Amino acid sequence: MSQADSIHTLSLKGIHDGVHTGKFSVMEATDAYLDRIERFNPELNAYITVTRESAQAQAVDIDNRIRKGELTGAMAGVPYALKDLFCSEGVRTTCASNMLSNFISPYDAHVAEKLKAAGGVLLGKNNMDEFAMGSSNETSAFGNVRNPWDTTKVPGGSSGGGAATIAARLAPMTLGTDTGGSIRQPASFCNITGIKPTYGRISRYGMIAFASSLDQCGPMAPSAEDCAITLNVIAGLDSRDSTSVDLPVPDYTANLNDSIEGLRIGLPKEFFAEGLDVQVGAVIDRAIKQFQAKGAIIKEVTLPNSHLAVPVYYVVAPAECSSNLSRFDGVRFGHRCENPKDLLDLYERSRWEGFGDEVKRRIMIGTYALSAGYYDAYYLKAQQVRRLIKQDFEAAFKDVDVIMGPSCPTTAFGIGAKKDDPIAMYLEDLYTIPVSLAGLPGMTFPIGFATDGLPVGMQLVGNYFEEARMLNIAHQYQQWTDWHTQVPAQFA
Amino acid sequence: MEWETVIGLEIHAQLATNSKIFSGSSTAYGAEPNTQANLVDLGMPGVLPVLNKKAVELAIRLGLAIDADIAPRSIFARKNYFYPDSPKGYQISQYELPIVANGHMDIQLENGDTKRIGITRAHLEEDAGKSLHEDFQGQTGIDLNRAGTPLLEIVSEPDMRNAKEAVAYMKKLHALVRYLGVGDGNMQEGSFRCDANVSVRRPGAEFGTRAEIKNLNSFKFIERAINHEVERQIDIIESGGKVVQETRLYDPDKDETRSMRSKEDANDYRYFPDPDLLPVEITPADIEAVRATLPELPDAKKQRFMVEYALSAYDASLLTLSREVADYFEAVAQGCGDAKLAANWVNGEVSKTLADNEMEIAAIPVSSAALVELLKRIQDNTVSNKIARDVFAAMWNGEGSADAIIDKKGLKQITDTSAIEAVIDEIIAKNPGQVAEYRSGKDKLFGFFVGQAMKASKGKANPNTLNDILKQKLEG
Amino acid sequence: MAISEAEVKKVARLARLAVPDERLAAYTQNLCNILDLVDQLSAVDTTGVEPMAHPLEMMQRLREDVVTETDHREKYQAVAPEVEDGLYLVPKVIE
Repeated sequence: MSQADSIHTLSLKGIHDGVHTGKFSVMEATDAYLDRIERFNPELNAYITVTRESAQAQAVDIDNRIRKGELTGAMAGVPYALKDLFCSEGVRTTCASNMLSNFISPYDAHVAEKLKAAGGVLLGKNNMDEFAMGSSNETSAFGNVRNPWDTTKVPGGSSGGGAATIAARLAPMTLGTDTGGSIRQPASFCNITGIKPTYGRISRYGMIAFASSLDQCGPMAPSAEDCAITLNVIAGLDSRDSTSVDLPVPDYTANLNDSIEGLRIGLPKEFFAEGLDVQVGAVIDRAIKQFQAKGAIIKEVTLPNSHLAVPVYYVVAPAECSSNLSRFDGVRFGHRCENPKDLLDLYERSRWEGFGDEVKRRIMIGTYALSAGYYDAYYLKAQQVRRLIKQDFEAAFKDVDVIMGPSCPTTAFGIGAKKDDPIAMYLEDLYTIPVSLAGLPGMTFPIGFATDGLPVGMQLVGNYFEEARMLNIAHQYQQWTDWHTQVPAQFA
Repeated sequence: MEWETVIGLEIHAQLATNSKIFSGSSTAYGAEPNTQANLVDLGMPGVLPVLNKKAVELAIRLGLAIDADIAPRSIFARKNYFYPDSPKGYQISQYELPIVANGHMDIQLENGDTKRIGITRAHLEEDAGKSLHEDFQGQTGIDLNRAGTPLLEIVSEPDMRNAKEAVAYMKKLHALVRYLGVGDGNMQEGSFRCDANVSVRRPGAEFGTRAEIKNLNSFKFIERAINHEVERQIDIIESGGKVVQETRLYDPDKDETRSMRSKEDANDYRYFPDPDLLPVEITPADIEAVRATLPELPDAKKQRFMVEYALSAYDASLLTLSREVADYFEAVAQGCGDAKLAANWVNGEVSKTLADNEMEIAAIPVSSAALVELLKRIQDNTVSNKIARDVFAAMWNGEGSADAIIDKKGLKQITDTSAIEAVIDEIIAKNPGQVAEYRSGKDKLFGFFVGQAMKASKGKANPNTLNDILKQKLEG
Repeated sequence: MAISEAEVKKVARLARLAVPDERLAAYTQNLCNILDLVDQLSAVDTTGVEPMAHPLEMMQRLREDVVTETDHREKYQAVAPEVEDGLYLVPKVIE
């Protein structure tokens, strides 16, 4: 029993080694997490769907295959969760929306297929902001998620359910998605590690689209090593996503132990200006000094157009989403209104009833921005400024290897605090959105707690396809510190 | 006062690919509803389009044949509108930077002149599904098998000035599409469809307001629909009204166009570059690779036929309307060594019999080699041209080779003069009155004797020999 | 830049969303606020800047023309609200 009680404290590698050396079975590991979910999820609401039966069936099968030596990989026997916008065959996939509340996906997303083939065990589907639109997990049609560090606070969003899941160790790893900060911001609020790789590094096939030119999937877990192990399984070319990149996938665990001596870290002065909470700033400064002490070189860089990122994002993302979400029309899947009187009524009522307010607001803004007479002023202009933002990063990376700064301006805010003020909510993402617009890889790793007792994450931005270097840097930090192993007392 | 008609055509040609433009579903026609609609075609949440290389190659192929520019960098865009046969709520099409631009095609006018019609652009896009309006408890059924079928939309300049020019352009483009193997052009199955933009104006004035007529899926309909629309617009203007810019649907049963209510508020398509599809790059090497596989183009082939086979422009243009006909002709001409004879037969008996049977040359039961055998029997006087037509009909019906049929039916021409003399002697003996009349100067009766002699020989007498002997004997 | 209630209604129709009258004012206010935020862009000089539709400067990868799919109609239609004889049903379409 004592062993089962401590499985949730293990890393991915620890679980893998445990099941492969026969210390415990995949079934025991699976049950350990299922039991924790049963115990803690009612309080956190981090899962929308728990796939207990199929997880146990998978566990039996994987135990067998491990015994026969058919499965040996790093994910074999490891339980995991998925944000509920990854299609998983035979499993309800809701996008936290009433539109899809009964949608049993007929197919697996590319990443779901990869994890399944690698011998992972799917525990369930994580709560999120509806269609990934939100920064607090309050737009979910399945209720808000509570932050394990303080259950009166939000976990961040849109991958808030995933962040809470990892923080409370209700799974050793989950996949999130990041369109403007949806992995990095909740990772910061919940004291976990999460990486959004370079756009195109991981196939988007089967990931229900919010904004296609920004969406990217990535792992969320306690440590950088866990993320590296996961990335090894899910990264790479997929013939079903023509925007997935045909570049070799390195072994992301190979260079974790490289020294960071001489590493040139850029601090964008705009990320440390007015708007950054003083307490958060203090924690960031302390971590930067730790890097400096280990031989890193700190330089100031400038991203002069970064203040335009939020406005650009709120044109580009809604424009793409207005079109991406048109397929939800009540005809082939999803919510259909009762007794439509004609075709128009079918569309208008099914969509009105199926989508929540934030989703509808963004669809309308996007529709407006693309409509005749406004396209040039909004969409085209935003695309031009998007290039300026990208060029800022290109210039900065001439002088530095990586960029560091806060993931968010504050620690987790109170549930309901910004719910009725969309603009205040949008500004939560001011440090993460520029990175998304440029398509660069970004990650968050835990660096301590502010005086309010809430976690603070460091955002680390690399140049294109430099994920291995970023994971190495975060891993090194995690060798000197133990922030990433800390779990709220009531979920320990 | 005079009115001038202005017509531009938008033609949708289905491309001859095995799979759809953005998915691996089959494009085969006629399957059970929704059995060829996969996750991508259904617009399921999370799926992504992946462009079919063959569709791009076929577009380049047509572009080269109309002497157009092939875009080195081409962009796909989303055209947003809600309609049940459009599963994603948008159609993937091209807006800015279409794959083909600035082409042209020359058409033959009735008076024999040539007119150049500009082709503004040709872009790739996906087809929609089909709405079936049979009653399903008062509802419409949607079949998405056709959704995602690759189309090339070929947009002409408003260069045509009457319905006949429009038909000539459409026919020529239809022939070209088939010629190049870009599409099968099957109009019954909707593989070649036409929308017409029609307006009227005073000669020399600015363009008038145009109406777009949809659903012109046969050469017959397009002419009737345009003429009807022109009359409608002139009537409106002459009675003091104004033509409204709108989409109209041609109803072939009633022979009229009517306004399409369903398209009324769908006019803000919110085109934007599809973020799921990166720009398509077409290198000079890609273009040259396609060019190397281009067949001889119809206009070049026609010129060659006129020179190489000494054919009239008329014969040559008929023979080059389709590649299959041209190939058939060339095989026959080379086999029998007489191009004029081959041309007469292919443009005559062959095309007439095909038309009577509503058949394409690809399905012809008489191979070019079989026809050569028959034509050789004409050349060596075994049969007359007239008897050969009967032999051809028998060959068509599968009764055997030309020689076998001639043999079996005893159709071999009689060239033996003594046999023909015997027949003629008998006829002269039987008709003394007519002989006397002829000899007294009634030359016209010669035909009567020819007819009688042919009848007696069951048509087998060699006509030249028969004429000679008859003349001798009657003069006798 | 302000957006009027009438414009919001027009946009909602284009997006096929049935905004009830009593919600129109609140939506309009929210959309106005978002547009105010976005209007910062109008002050930026973007002369000569090429629009960026996509973060990667790559060209599209194409697929070979091969049929890879088989019929899964039953499976795919299991999630459909209304089907008959293999067809998806919608209220009568008037062309």
